[in-house]
Amino acid sequence: MASTMSSAAKRPSRLFRNLSAKIASVPMILTALVVFVGGTLWTVLYSFTNSRLLPRLKFVGLDQYERLWATPRWLVSIENLAIYGVLSLIFSLVIGFVLAALLDQKIRFEDTFRTIFLYPFALSFVVTGVVWQWLLNPDFGVQAVVRSLGWESFAFDPLYNSSIVIYGVLIAALWQGTGFVMCLMLAGLRGIDEDIWKAARVDGIPAWRTYLFIVLPMMRPVLITTLVIIAAGIVKVYDLVVAQTSGGPGIASEVPAKYVYDYMFFAQNLGQGFAASTMMLLSVAIIIVPWAYLEFGRRR
Amino acid sequence: MRRILTAAALAAGTALGFAGAAYATDLEVTHWWTSGGEAAAVAELAKAFDATGNKWVDGAIAGSGGTARPIMISRITGGDPMGATQFNHGRQAEELVQAGLMRDLTDIATKGKWTEVVRPKGLLDSCTIDGKIYCVPVNIHSWQWLWLSNEAFAKAGVAVPKNWDEYVAAAPALEKAGIVPLAVGGQPWQTSGAFDVLLLAVGGTDAFLKVYKDKDGEFAGGAEIAKVFKAADDARKMSKGTNVQDWNQATNMVITGKAGGQIMGDWAQGEFQVAGKVAGKDYTCLPGLGMSNALATGGDAFYFPLLKDAEKAKAQEVLAETLLDPKTQVAFNLKKGSLPVRGDVDLNSANDCMKKGLDILAKGTVIPWTDQLLSQDTQKQKEDLFSEFFAKPDLTVEDAQKRFADIVSSAD
Repeated sequence: MASTMSSAAKRPSRLFRNLSAKIASVPMILTALVVFVGGTLWTVLYSFTNSRLLPRLKFVGLDQYERLWATPRWLVSIENLAIYGVLSLIFSLVIGFVLAALLDQKIRFEDTFRTIFLYPFALSFVVTGVVWQWLLNPDFGVQAVVRSLGWESFAFDPLYNSSIVIYGVLIAALWQGTGFVMCLMLAGLRGIDEDIWKAARVDGIPAWRTYLFIVLPMMRPVLITTLVIIAAGIVKVYDLVVAQTSGGPGIASEVPAKYVYDYMFFAQNLGQGFAASTMMLLSVAIIIVPWAYLEFGRRR
Repeated sequence: MRRILTAAALAAGTALGFAGAAYATDLEVTHWWTSGGEAAAVAELAKAFDATGNKWVDGAIAGSGGTARPIMISRITGGDPMGATQFNHGRQAEELVQAGLMRDLTDIATKGKWTEVVRPKGLLDSCTIDGKIYCVPVNIHSWQWLWLSNEAFAKAGVAVPKNWDEYVAAAPALEKAGIVPLAVGGQPWQTSGAFDVLLLAVGGTDAFLKVYKDKDGEFAGGAEIAKVFKAADDARKMSKGTNVQDWNQATNMVITGKAGGQIMGDWAQGEFQVAGKVAGKDYTCLPGLGMSNALATGGDAFYFPLLKDAEKAKAQEVLAETLLDPKTQVAFNLKKGSLPVRGDVDLNSANDCMKKGLDILAKGTVIPWTDQLLSQDTQKQKEDLFSEFFAKPDLTVEDAQKRFADIVSSAD
């Protein structure tokens, strides 16, 4: 009792606890406030102006947003992002988890397999895009190989077909990203206590059910980390599309980030680009805020 | 002996100093000329500038104007300006000038009598904002050319067409022979440019100016422009199966006879030359698609950012003068495959196609091109529309025209 009292007397204010640590983190806090929050507010503010090449404060209300939502290219971009986002989220989680579960069977040459699966992750999206541009080229890639094997009428040219081009991009993204998801999942699986497995085996629960109903729920922190990493990658997808299709054929594989860049720097219309990036921020916020509220708010 | 030499050198130095450069000043020049022929042409400019006693620091940015311009602009607006930079003259640098970031060249222009030597006059007009001159045009490029492969037409058993209509009529024969009638690369500016060329050829000069200069949206949605969209629809059908991205790959299809023809600017000529093809024998060029007699004069120009350093400012003046020097003009443009901006230089080695172009220029039937008439914003919207139009057969002609009219009405 006395010791609690004395310690309470020793620290006059919570503000000065761990003072050195707080001082050390001041630059980072300032960076976050000025660069992230400040930059975001600035962008939102200027999205209501008619800034062209240079930012200027001449407000035009919601004009930029009206134009944005009347632009076919933006609508195509949003649709593409939705297809790409949902499918890449599902497939990279499923494939990543299945690969991890398979590697988890204490197989031989696990290191080798892990290296092979993770290797594409060492390549940038630009390289990935170029590689898959060639692989999916009907004259040199998969289609040509299958045809040369005898299936003359085989057709597989997603990059030259407007209606399926986004799936061509998705294939490349999955090839690049699933290895990393697998590694995260594998780390999660290895973190599960052996005793859980033993208990499940004693109870006679089949392995697949153990994975699905016992192990997976226990991997929640890993799953959330993975989810955040994948989701961030989806929203900002840009370089892959630029390298693989440059948005083509026509505007069939455009994505929002590319719209922002093109209108800010190529069309010299900052206002339009800012409006588009604000919409991107808004859509992320609509997804993240309720989730974060449920995830973190509940604990209080 | 040595003393005499020194004196001579001193005298020469003084003379040079009077001309503007007593000692070497480094001047960084940025541009996006990186292909073989383009790099050779830039080397001529560098050589001429170095000969004035200054030093050309080459700042080439690979990846065409679309990649290079944002970099150049952000350097200028970010307070790290280069000594001089390329833009297509017209409206690309308009706002930089209005923001007071570019140097006013009017004094140098008056001294060099640019208004008298630069031809056609429109070129200097597109460098002029509020009565002041801000750039030095260095060459003339025109978009309005149809390049045809004689070999492809011989293979298909039809005569080489003399205009667009004959070409469209010949398309089925080409297709039957397994040849793509019209090569159109996938880059957005190619489809958009091809449409503008069709607009000028099929619609005529008045229609072209009414749409892009007067920005008459109602006219753009009307019956006359519907004809142009009909032609664009033909072009879209003829271009099916091109499957290449870059313009020079598309040109290569024409060179090798895999495609019947291509609508592309006169820079395509360089590719034919490099491949050793002869104009008139291996390939045919039709300015204005054989239907229009007007050529538009786009091209490249150099702009000079406003610099604080007095020495560099002086070197800028020297460079501006050097660029318009008759000798530099000839050396540069022969390598570049473009036409010089001076009427008083002699181009003996120009080939058939270049001579056709020079002829039209001499007659004075020149019009401004979209680079001069439209803002980059409008250009981009147009590119988005036409790249979609050419890639998506189920986008109807009517819908496309309606969207085009909307873009024109809101254009600036």
